[in-house]
Amino acid sequence: MADNTLEIRNLNTSFFTQHGEVRAVNDVSLDVRRAQITGIVGESGCGKSMTARSVMGLVRYPGRIVSGRIRLDGKEITGLSKKEMCSLRGNELSMIFQEPMSSLNPVMKVGKQVEETLRIHQHVTKEEAARRTEEIFREVGISDARSRMACYPHQLSGGLRQRVMIAMAMICKPKLLIADEPTTALDVTVEAQILSLMKRLCEGGTSILLISHNLGVIAQVCDYVYVMYAGRIVEQADTCTLFDHPVHPYTRALLGAASSLRSGAARLETIPGGVPNLLHLPSGCSFSPRCEKCARQCQNEVPQMLPVSGEGHLARCYFANVPEE
Amino acid sequence: MVRNALQRLLQSVLVLLGAALLVFLMLRIIPGNPAAVLMGEHADATVIKRMTEELGLDQPVLVQFFRYIADALRGDFGTSFSLGKPVSELMASAFVNTLILALFASAYAWILGIISGVIAAVKKNSLPDRLFMGASLLGVSMPVFMAAMLLQFFLGYQLKWLPIAGTSDWTGFILPAIALGWNSAGSVARLVRSTLLEILEEDYIDTARAKGRGQMGVLMVHALRNAMLPVITMMAIQLSGMLSGAVITETVFSVNGIGRLAVQAISSRDIPLLQGTVLFSAAIVIIGNYVADSLYNVLDPRIRKEA
Ligand SMILES: Nc1ncnc2c1ncn2[C@@H]1O[C@H](COP(=O)(O)OP(=O)(O)O)[C@@H](O)[C@H]1O
Ligand SMILES: [Mg+2]
Repeated sequence: MADNTLEIRNLNTSFFTQHGEVRAVNDVSLDVRRAQITGIVGESGCGKSMTARSVMGLVRYPGRIVSGRIRLDGKEITGLSKKEMCSLRGNELSMIFQEPMSSLNPVMKVGKQVEETLRIHQHVTKEEAARRTEEIFREVGISDARSRMACYPHQLSGGLRQRVMIAMAMICKPKLLIADEPTTALDVTVEAQILSLMKRLCEGGTSILLISHNLGVIAQVCDYVYVMYAGRIVEQADTCTLFDHPVHPYTRALLGAASSLRSGAARLETIPGGVPNLLHLPSGCSFSPRCEKCARQCQNEVPQMLPVSGEGHLARCYFANVPEE
Repeated sequence: MVRNALQRLLQSVLVLLGAALLVFLMLRIIPGNPAAVLMGEHADATVIKRMTEELGLDQPVLVQFFRYIADALRGDFGTSFSLGKPVSELMASAFVNTLILALFASAYAWILGIISGVIAAVKKNSLPDRLFMGASLLGVSMPVFMAAMLLQFFLGYQLKWLPIAGTSDWTGFILPAIALGWNSAGSVARLVRSTLLEILEEDYIDTARAKGRGQMGVLMVHALRNAMLPVITMMAIQLSGMLSGAVITETVFSVNGIGRLAVQAISSRDIPLLQGTVLFSAAIVIIGNYVADSLYNVLDPRIRKEA
């Protein structure tokens, strides 16, 4: 068994539009360690979902993976045939989406939708599928499982729908669960419940890739975090290190904005400027136009991921190791 | 749900009654005494007067109307002036032909429409998509009589594959069915394509793929089922339109159906027959709408709940 359930190396995913190539995922490398929750955080539009979809093989036209390698549990999955990918999806590799209402088929009972995953991958009888579905419903905290199975999606609350999505993703006991903003559409109390469910699943041995734009969510459950900006990873560290000693100016700005929001500061701290257009990225560091430390070097060449003191802490910034004045 | 169904049923009955009254009144407004028409030009006044009384035409219109409705409920629509037979009997035998024609036409139109719509959606912007959509545009925009004459000329007259007109055996139904279904095939194909394209963008299609469904599974199990909701409604309305009598198609191909019977009734000023056929057509259309509505309710659990 490999140490890492998922290894992504130098992944590039682009959309080929009329206006040119939109580099949604730009040279991304990341690992999801076994039985841990690994987070990706970043503003919306920075390429989080496309990274996840690339892993699932679900990038939609006109997008496609341009280059890079993806390994699941030590096995190369880039270049697999469509059929081979289908046998992985839902089985060894699962994903849940942001919007639990529109992610469920409105004209199919939720029990049937969960059974479906099982019956695609395993030869089980109808009764067995129903029994296993009832079991997984209990595991993900859906009370009154039997009668809930006969409900249509619109008859359930947002939190319950997301639990159904999790049940659907977990019923075949996948090696990796990708959760793309699983709580963004939910209110805070339900969010806390879903997050603690994710933690429980992780303790049960599932490796999870959790995507969020919300630093609070990341801080609550992740073991290790990647910060993404304009398609690139700009900083990575274990959660405590990242929150205590952020190095990249973008990470700092993000944390600053979040803490000013939390403390109810008189003026909300925001990051000046806007996210760069992924069609025309700046030639150097993508954050350089908004960065107060920006030097000439920053505008000419994209910095590499440089190691920072502290294990497993890397940042894509020329000033990563320059002490604060 | 049941309450809603009953409510809509009651509404339909009222609409039907209204339609009946309208037809009834319009036929009374037309100048000329039907009894005089019936007895011919040279009948003398006393004979016409006796006939008028016999037919109840001397009574107030409303009395006549309620009498007519009461009789109609017992299946008695009066006797045709021109053909001398009970209207109900004439309509029943005409309806058999209309029914055969409608079933042929809709079966081929829907199969063709759904299959080409699905292929066009799945292979969007490909050659088959353009071909099918071009053909369906022709389908929805070409008038029935033109399609009918083209079919008669090429398949009937030049190639002699099929009878040009008349329904002495079942092959006589093929050309009129093609002509009649042509329009429906086009509109079904277009609706299937556009609905399916919209649905293939839905989040739950991603979920289905994330489960490990292949393209066929996604299409058959998730996409088509949702795409069929509006399509089925359209099909129910189309079928009721065909069943209420395809006047042009039946006339051009000499199919003795409800539509042709109505045309005959008009040209011979046969009031009971016209009243019967028009009322029958109205009833079929109203029933068709009711069924379309109900189907939607049954098929879409979201509406089922609210009702
Ligand atoms: N269909 C598309 N056509 C062109 N560009 C797209 C398309 N879908 C996504 N993108 C680009 O990919 C980028 C990343 O999107 P996404 O991964 O969904 O961001 P997020 O981090 O919010 O999940 C977006 O900023 C957008 O520019
Ligand atoms: Mg996203």
